[in-house]
Amino acid sequence: MSEWEKTGVLSLNDISGSIPSRERFKAGPVAIIECIQHIPCNPCVDACPFDAISINGGMTETPKVDFQLCTGCGTCVSICPGLAIFIVDLTYSDKKATILLPYELSPLPNSGDKVKGLDRGGNCLADVEVLKATKKNGSGLVSIAVDKELAMEIRNIEV
Amino acid sequence: MSRIKKHPILSFKKGREIHFIFDGHQIKAYQGETIVAALHAVGIRELSKSIDLHRPRGLFCSIGKCSSCLMLVNGVPNVKACVTAVEEGMIVESQGGKGMLDIQRIKTIPRKPPKIVNTELTIVGSGPAGLSAAKTSSKLGVPTLLVDENPKAGGQLVKQTHKFFGSKDQKAGVRGIDIADGLHEEIKASNSRVLTQAAVLGLYREDNGNFTVILKRDNQLIEVKTIAIIIATGAMEKMLAFPNNDLPGVYGAGAVQTLMNVYGVKPGERALMVGAGNVGLIVAYQLLQAGVAVEAVVEAMPKISGYHVHAAKLRRFGVPILTSHSIKKALGRTKVEGATIIKLDKNFKPVEDTEQDIDVDIVCLAVGLNPSTELARQAGCECHWIPELGGYVPIYNLNLRTTIKGIYVAGDSAGIGEASTAIIEGKIAALSALLGMGRKEVIQSRGKAFKELESLRAGPLGRVVREGKRKIFRIAEEVVN
Repeated sequence: MSEWEKTGVLSLNDISGSIPSRERFKAGPVAIIECIQHIPCNPCVDACPFDAISINGGMTETPKVDFQLCTGCGTCVSICPGLAIFIVDLTYSDKKATILLPYELSPLPNSGDKVKGLDRGGNCLADVEVLKATKKNGSGLVSIAVDKELAMEIRNIEV
Repeated sequence: MSRIKKHPILSFKKGREIHFIFDGHQIKAYQGETIVAALHAVGIRELSKSIDLHRPRGLFCSIGKCSSCLMLVNGVPNVKACVTAVEEGMIVESQGGKGMLDIQRIKTIPRKPPKIVNTELTIVGSGPAGLSAAKTSSKLGVPTLLVDENPKAGGQLVKQTHKFFGSKDQKAGVRGIDIADGLHEEIKASNSRVLTQAAVLGLYREDNGNFTVILKRDNQLIEVKTIAIIIATGAMEKMLAFPNNDLPGVYGAGAVQTLMNVYGVKPGERALMVGAGNVGLIVAYQLLQAGVAVEAVVEAMPKISGYHVHAAKLRRFGVPILTSHSIKKALGRTKVEGATIIKLDKNFKPVEDTEQDIDVDIVCLAVGLNPSTELARQAGCECHWIPELGGYVPIYNLNLRTTIKGIYVAGDSAGIGEASTAIIEGKIAALSALLGMGRKEVIQSRGKAFKELESLRAGPLGRVVREGKRKIFRIAEEVVN
């Protein structure tokens, strides 16, 4: 039994197959799909306007992102029923990266708000700035700026 | 307990303000909500007293299947307050023990004469399976009657605020509430009829091979003459044995969803969720969305059995999921005022000195479901115990036909599954029923539906259901003909 099956929290090791190369990160925003279980689900494949997401060998296989085709547009983020897709942009500024994440609680934060940046276990790692918050397909989409070293750690906010 | 003011997904359209009397007090309510929802909105959770020990009783299932909410309404005892809409001037009383029928008073209640309705296909239950079956048959022009005991069609779909899994064909990415509305609209646009607040009392086979379904609706008996029947009566939440499991505030997960997501009423302020399957995880997340704190999710198994992505959503908000833990007891005298949880060893035995009291006013049970097979049994369909499918299940073949010609079954009442597969089963049952009426052109679409079903149940997480269905089909080879 893997640790995540017990805790519900993924480690970077668990999602290593979903993390693009350092070079790809340097090229701009990219989708990170944290979906490693064989569940019957594939709307992300249809959602991607660039055909960058594929699920091969039946609906219960896990999705793969072609990082060369992915533009980090974020269309998949609001479609994924598991809220498991995040857009990470390490090119935002010298020190900061941005994360686009799904947020389905009320109220949505406003641009410029300082909120808590939470990791996969709900622990607060830093105060982060909200760049933009919108609603798409009924789900909130929030873009936050975080220190680059936290770009693969922060996955939620507390408003 | 209060009304939800702002919800991230839902907007609640309140009906006209009305007033009713509960135990002598005037209560404000809104047209369209149930007695139970209106009482919860003002903080009243105790609905009756138990028969022998006079312990307080509250809501448990909220879909008219358990008997926890029986109340005296306008002098009539044993009314299911969870599926009865509140009305202006209604007199509601908490019921002490067995309800007694006041014959003189009953005589004064106006009753409508029975009527007869003719149709070709009758579908019992308007959840995902029933709605999908009705949509399929009405699209093909077959006169269809869809009946449901609840005040609103949609079954459990109307409470699902999350986006569905599956594939485009099963409306993946669309929220359950929107799926229900869409299916309902399509049915309403056809010649078919949807009858809500209609309870099926029994179904009987006639000498000519057709059926009569007896319905009770609004103090009227309705005899439905029909060629075929699809039973899509869903499931009933399981109870768990622990001290004080009968206190008001111990709810089935579906009841919590009904209060929050259908009527916009918070069931309490702080919850303990028991069970980390998909239902437990999803409802715990929906509690957060309704503004209720989830103190913990406990799960007796050593691992989380629901989808990881559902667990991850909770964990990101800091909700602890404690595997190898269970509830030891609920605390409180007349309502839930806390709960004691305890660690379990690998043989599911409590580990001494690991008790922990948590401060909650809701204990929400999501420990599995039993198929609702009462109607199938009454009709004489053969049922077998299939643990993989949640308990006793009517036997049916690949076409979802039971041991009685003309009676089909779909969705959770055919074995516990989930909504996407229920939608396809509804379609298959309807197409099979039409085929039985001689509509040979549906064979191709049914073939396509079989394939869809197979792809949804592929993979390791579909293993248990696949095994259960295999058992059913094996038995069916001998008894369905």
